[in-house]
Amino acid sequence: MRIAIRVVLAVALPAVLFSVWWFATANSTNFYMPPLREILRIFPDVWTGDRLRTDVLPSLLRLAGGYTLAVVTGIALGVLVGGNRAVRAVLEPVLEFFRAIPPPVLVPVIMLFAGIGDTMKVVVIAAGCVWPILLNTVEGVRAVDSVLADTCRSYRITGLARLRHLVLRGASPQIAAGMRQALSIGIILMVISEMFAASNGLGFAIVQFQRGFAIPDMWSGILLLGLIGLVLSLLFRLVESRALAWYHGLRRAQRGS
Amino acid sequence: MLLEVRGLRKVYQGKERQVEAIRDLTFGVDAGDLVCLVGPSGCGKTTLLKCIAGLLTPTSGEALLDGRRVSGPPPGMAVVFQEYGRSLFPWMSVRDNVELPLRQKKLPRATRRSLVDDALSAVGLGDTHDAYPWQLSGGMQQRVAIARAVAYQPDVLLMDEPFAAVDAQTRADLEDLIRDLWHKLAVTILFVTHDIDEAVYLGQRVIVLSSSPTVVREDVDIDLPDARDQLHTRSDSRFTELRSHIYAQIQAAKRESTPGSTDAARDTDLAKQVLQ
Repeated sequence: MRIAIRVVLAVALPAVLFSVWWFATANSTNFYMPPLREILRIFPDVWTGDRLRTDVLPSLLRLAGGYTLAVVTGIALGVLVGGNRAVRAVLEPVLEFFRAIPPPVLVPVIMLFAGIGDTMKVVVIAAGCVWPILLNTVEGVRAVDSVLADTCRSYRITGLARLRHLVLRGASPQIAAGMRQALSIGIILMVISEMFAASNGLGFAIVQFQRGFAIPDMWSGILLLGLIGLVLSLLFRLVESRALAWYHGLRRAQRGS
Repeated sequence: MLLEVRGLRKVYQGKERQVEAIRDLTFGVDAGDLVCLVGPSGCGKTTLLKCIAGLLTPTSGEALLDGRRVSGPPPGMAVVFQEYGRSLFPWMSVRDNVELPLRQKKLPRATRRSLVDDALSAVGLGDTHDAYPWQLSGGMQQRVAIARAVAYQPDVLLMDEPFAAVDAQTRADLEDLIRDLWHKLAVTILFVTHDIDEAVYLGQRVIVLSSSPTVVREDVDIDLPDARDQLHTRSDSRFTELRSHIYAQIQAAKRESTPGSTDAARDTDLAKQVLQ
């Protein structure tokens, strides 16, 4: 019963927005605002078959590559910076500087040394995603409980075992928060990177539709992007709630007492 | 002598001034002893324990375990902290918490399993292996921390006010558990507390510390019978005598310390915070 109510609550607003869109555009003759009916009709034709393989899949692979690269680099650097006061003092101002640069403006720069192929796009995605992961990891590592750290020391748990059992696990709630932010940044950068010097991909396809005045196709592409974002964030939440079950339980227990 | 503290002094160096937490401490603990350290609050008990455990470096003097100078957490020593909620890994089950130090010691799987099983049943948690620590009550969490220390098979067990944060009833049970484990395992225990009754009830010896800057004020032999129980021991007239004696000592310690002494105690806390 409670699950049913939650499902209804979750679906209600999207349903309302969808119907508003549907009815508001039902008799639309505006060239740039085609009826939603029309967009949905062509959706399957546009996004199944060839285009799935030539545009959607490459985009998702580049996103996966860039995101993975950002996660690995962000966590590795974050552990290093967060665990060492001297490194932090040296690197923090520089990191804040780079973080403040919007990643899209880096696209031309990255093109200079990474070319215009997949490497460039993966690097652009990674360059944007890495910051929230890095900074959250730094905070998470710094916030590792001092009593727990003393416990590890007194049982002589050091080196890799300490990293694995204390530092990474202790920082994991913050790391996950950073990864969630990075995921939405990654999707944005996936599209943007494909608008520069690309020959395939979702961003490329949407820009092509727009330039060819295939407006319903363009709208269907935007809809697809939204859906991909939704599915990825749901998947993320599913994995997170499994991996951090202890954390959510701990929080509930602390609130209860 | 298994554990020796010689001329130990610890000064916290703050930004603007330094705070002398411990001035000069010398005492020893024989193998198999159960010794309690008691002193007024803020007298640097935790600082002392951390120095012995190798978690802090003393400013001068030294702690010796089995004749060897402690210069980092030595093998064969386990510490039970006051903050049970923060000393257990919340992402590990009770069982994994107890087992982790044993894995670090590279013990074979079968040995680990039997040590963990024995330790958990020794503290009365034979059937809560798979729970997370935060699913247990405070007293049970501290039992897990004790089980972890017991499974580690230390020569010396250091306990830093382990029962200060549990309710009185649980506290009495845990005190009996410690006496019981000490008899069974023949381990050496150094037990820090601010509770005089607890110190007298548990210890064979009670070392009374002065206010900060701390020195040993008195070393009291607890000549109570070895078999102790909450009801009879605590109503024993000798227990009352010892308790009153130590109480008077600690009151005197508080009075004798310079008027700024409460400040000194606060400074110690402050310095700890600054340095963390």
